[in-house]
Amino acid sequence: MFNAIFMTEKGLTARFLSLLDTLSAPNPHRLPSSVAREDEHLLVAGAKKGDTAAFEELVNRYEDKILRLTKNITGNHEDAEDAMQNAFLKAYSHLQDFHGDSRFYTWLVRIAANESLMRLRKRRANQFSLDEPVQGDTDLMPRELEDWGPTPEQNYAQAELQRILAEIIETLEPEFRIVLVLRDLEELSTQETAEALGVSISAVKSRLLRARLKLREKLNRHFRRGTLN
Amino acid sequence: MNCKGVIRELSNYIDGDLDPAVKLELERHLGHCEDCTMIVDQTKKSIEILCDSKPVELPSDVRSRLHAALRQKIGPAQT
Repeated sequence: MFNAIFMTEKGLTARFLSLLDTLSAPNPHRLPSSVAREDEHLLVAGAKKGDTAAFEELVNRYEDKILRLTKNITGNHEDAEDAMQNAFLKAYSHLQDFHGDSRFYTWLVRIAANESLMRLRKRRANQFSLDEPVQGDTDLMPRELEDWGPTPEQNYAQAELQRILAEIIETLEPEFRIVLVLRDLEELSTQETAEALGVSISAVKSRLLRARLKLREKLNRHFRRGTLN
Repeated sequence: MNCKGVIRELSNYIDGDLDPAVKLELERHLGHCEDCTMIVDQTKKSIEILCDSKPVELPSDVRSRLHAALRQKIGPAQT
């Protein structure tokens, strides 16, 4: 048992190190991140030269989003906090490996995703797999179809909508929610998501399709016209 | 293209990753299939709503622990 965990850890460490090697690889398909501000590269440059205040500013800027990410992946407060803290510490330790070919935030997201996955795998060993092929397309056809009206989200207060979304993400199976969170919430490209998770692009795409259909179906239960719950 | 084909290509269509000929075929189907149009629109809307969600502010105790761990590692903030 301990050996198995140790082996898994060794494998994950190797994957993390190989991830760091590929993090700065040029990626022409990267989506623009809507969260990074224009001065980000200045802060990163300062931090690399030992300006700890600059690094702390980067932490201040992204701590909320990184905690949301680690919480969304691990589904557990304690693991989420741990993964977030380790992600920032690792980012600081490996700052010299970041060459600015991707946004700092994208790089950070990938480190945080890796930290979260290690914890999720420890807690839920053998309960999910990102590598195995998903079932055929026979179950893809949406069954629940109702009119939402043009702006269903306006029927909800912001806090209520946040609660609904958090609940929906939590109830998605890990292999679907991880891909959905990285691709649609954190705006990683398909290629970056595949690299961060160590799976093929087609595995990311098939999980993303299912995750998006599941998200629509779960929102449908709240948004169908006349339904407020 | 039939309804099943549209669902299979839904993600690629939303991401703009479809070959132009397949995209045309898919849009031709959407032109006469209300159900598929509704699924495409609602899936796009779902992603939009997810993207617009704001992260909750870090609880102050979590923030204190994070910054204490950072200072221990990198030392007090200095420029």
